[in-house]
Amino acid sequence: MNKPAPDAVRAPTDWKTDAMQKRIRRRYARERRFKLFGMLAVILSAAFLAFLLFTMVTNGWRGFTRTEIALPLDFPAMAMQIEPAQLATPGANLALSGAELEGKVSNAALAAYGPQSVPVLSDAAWLKVREALKADPSLLGRKATLWVPASTQIEQGLRGNDAAAPLARKLYDAGKLHTGFNTGFFGDSDSTDPVAVGIWGAFKGSLLTMAVTFLIAFPIGVLSAIYLEEYAPKNRWTDLIEVSINNLAAVPSIIFGLLGLAVFLGSWSLFGVRVGPLLPRSAALVGGVTLALMIMPVIVIASRNAIKGVPPSIRDAALGIGASRIQVVFHHVLPLAMPGILTGTIIGMARALGETAPLLLIGMRAFIVTPPGGFTDPATVLPVQIFLWSDEVSRGFVEKTSAAILVLLVFLLAMNGLAIYLRNKFETRW
Amino acid sequence: MTDAHPAPHKMSARGVSVSYGDKQAIRDVSIDVDMDHVTAFIGPSGCGKSTFLRTLNRMNDTIASARVTGEITLDGEDIYSSDMDVVQLRARVGMVFQKPNPFPKSIYENVAYGPRIHGLAASKGALDGIVEQSLRRAGLWDEVKDRLSDSGTALSGGQQQRLCIARAIAVDPEVILMDEPCSALDPIATAKIEELIHELKGRYAIVIVTHNMQQAARVSQKTAFFHLGQLVEYGDTDNIFTAPKQERTKDYITGRYG
Repeated sequence: MNKPAPDAVRAPTDWKTDAMQKRIRRRYARERRFKLFGMLAVILSAAFLAFLLFTMVTNGWRGFTRTEIALPLDFPAMAMQIEPAQLATPGANLALSGAELEGKVSNAALAAYGPQSVPVLSDAAWLKVREALKADPSLLGRKATLWVPASTQIEQGLRGNDAAAPLARKLYDAGKLHTGFNTGFFGDSDSTDPVAVGIWGAFKGSLLTMAVTFLIAFPIGVLSAIYLEEYAPKNRWTDLIEVSINNLAAVPSIIFGLLGLAVFLGSWSLFGVRVGPLLPRSAALVGGVTLALMIMPVIVIASRNAIKGVPPSIRDAALGIGASRIQVVFHHVLPLAMPGILTGTIIGMARALGETAPLLLIGMRAFIVTPPGGFTDPATVLPVQIFLWSDEVSRGFVEKTSAAILVLLVFLLAMNGLAIYLRNKFETRW
Repeated sequence: MTDAHPAPHKMSARGVSVSYGDKQAIRDVSIDVDMDHVTAFIGPSGCGKSTFLRTLNRMNDTIASARVTGEITLDGEDIYSSDMDVVQLRARVGMVFQKPNPFPKSIYENVAYGPRIHGLAASKGALDGIVEQSLRRAGLWDEVKDRLSDSGTALSGGQQQRLCIARAIAVDPEVILMDEPCSALDPIATAKIEELIHELKGRYAIVIVTHNMQQAARVSQKTAFFHLGQLVEYGDTDNIFTAPKQERTKDYITGRYG
């Protein structure tokens, strides 16, 4: 190329030439195009989110309702050998089962509605009668009409989704059916009958599992981050540890499930001694520990970044007036790093909350009819419950699955809201 | 050596060298710091004056690769010996940094933090007293007395630096090291800090690093000129600026390089 001589006089730049004007126009066009792409990306992601929410809500809102049927019951005619006083005792359930309440409720339905091609009562209807009797023992001495859950065929028929639609319509027109808010969905657990299922058992399982996960992963993760950032010498070993942690954060969750299965639930031999299963199968405890292993790397990485972000001048300032290392960390570095640490922790917890695969492996896909009473009781969690229900054939479970997803989304939303609240609370204004 | 010649000096450095890994930053520096004096370290950028300052309260300990050899004493005690508690040393030899670095806490908490961690105040009242006295000595009390609970970072740059001085004073140090304390400040704030240094002179031994030669001439009684990691000349400020013995000092002072 013809390089100008170093001492050549440069011609003054003409900013008005056509080439210049074209360049300016091109620059503006490029800027507009970039903005447009960005906006399109935002709109597209918002549309996906809106679509998801719309589908879930339209499918799921019916999961929060339940159709009930009027059931006339003639208790004196049932001739149950039960004293009203007995119903207030803990043995009431046993006594009512002994009195064949279930069969008698079925007979009452047969008497009221005649033989039909589909059952009109939910499998759980007699349980509702049992609770009513326990709540009001005087019922035993008189006739009464109780509203009990209708069968899933009737419920779906009322929505035009089932062959039982004409029957359901007839019953509805006769005033024998009504649909209301399903309080049982938030109080009951899994069941074989979609009308009777509830989310409470899985919700409680999730809460217990999250508690275990948090109590293990948060302190260990944060303390590791503090040690690695503030104390550990920078050498090949700490580099190796850093690489390993970054790797662990990317390991597929199912592998942590296998690890949990092998270490906590399997029995293995250690120096010739058999070490039995360390933790009970299917429990919130083993689920929590496994998920803690999974999210610990996430917490360590987020915490290290947050600690790194604290300006060194603050450390100097504290050291300069004679604060010890540990005082520097706990009085100055940690409070300033807390918003970042909490954000990372909540992201990790949200990931753990939505995790299904590792929990399937450690037996948390059990059919849980009673909510877990503690950390060692068999439990399941929300995403596993969703997975289990989505696998069911009955039409009624489709709504319940969507409803459970909505509950999970609200749970996640609450957690993220908490994260934002905590971050604002701890954030230091400079 | 210290036994043979009991040091009358507050701090003495003998044959101090500092290296970061392979790179030698300070070579064989010997200097004394006296009580009622302000000692200024001057020299071009990168000459090692700040590095040397940081050896005086062992702030270099935080840099893993830093190696310090030689002997530095405070009241005749070797500060690098294993008997010396570094936390106590830094309370006795306070430091003010180049960039004002108040804690993101209230003004009161900034000053009270040091006395609190060292257990210097027996009661809330005593702590209030220390805070007020420190802020008064730093010439900041009248400006902040009505807003002690405001954040220290909300103050102006010059006020922040005086707050940092108050924070250093609050732990009742014997020596105060100042690492270019005015380089981030405007001329008016600088004048206030210099005035403050004059007032603090009698009470504390003050060492100030500066690359502003006029400032060194204004505030100090002793001046040390560093160049390329060596102490070139050390003596009374008046002599250094009017009749330097070394050619290099003269060239620097007359602005030949820097």
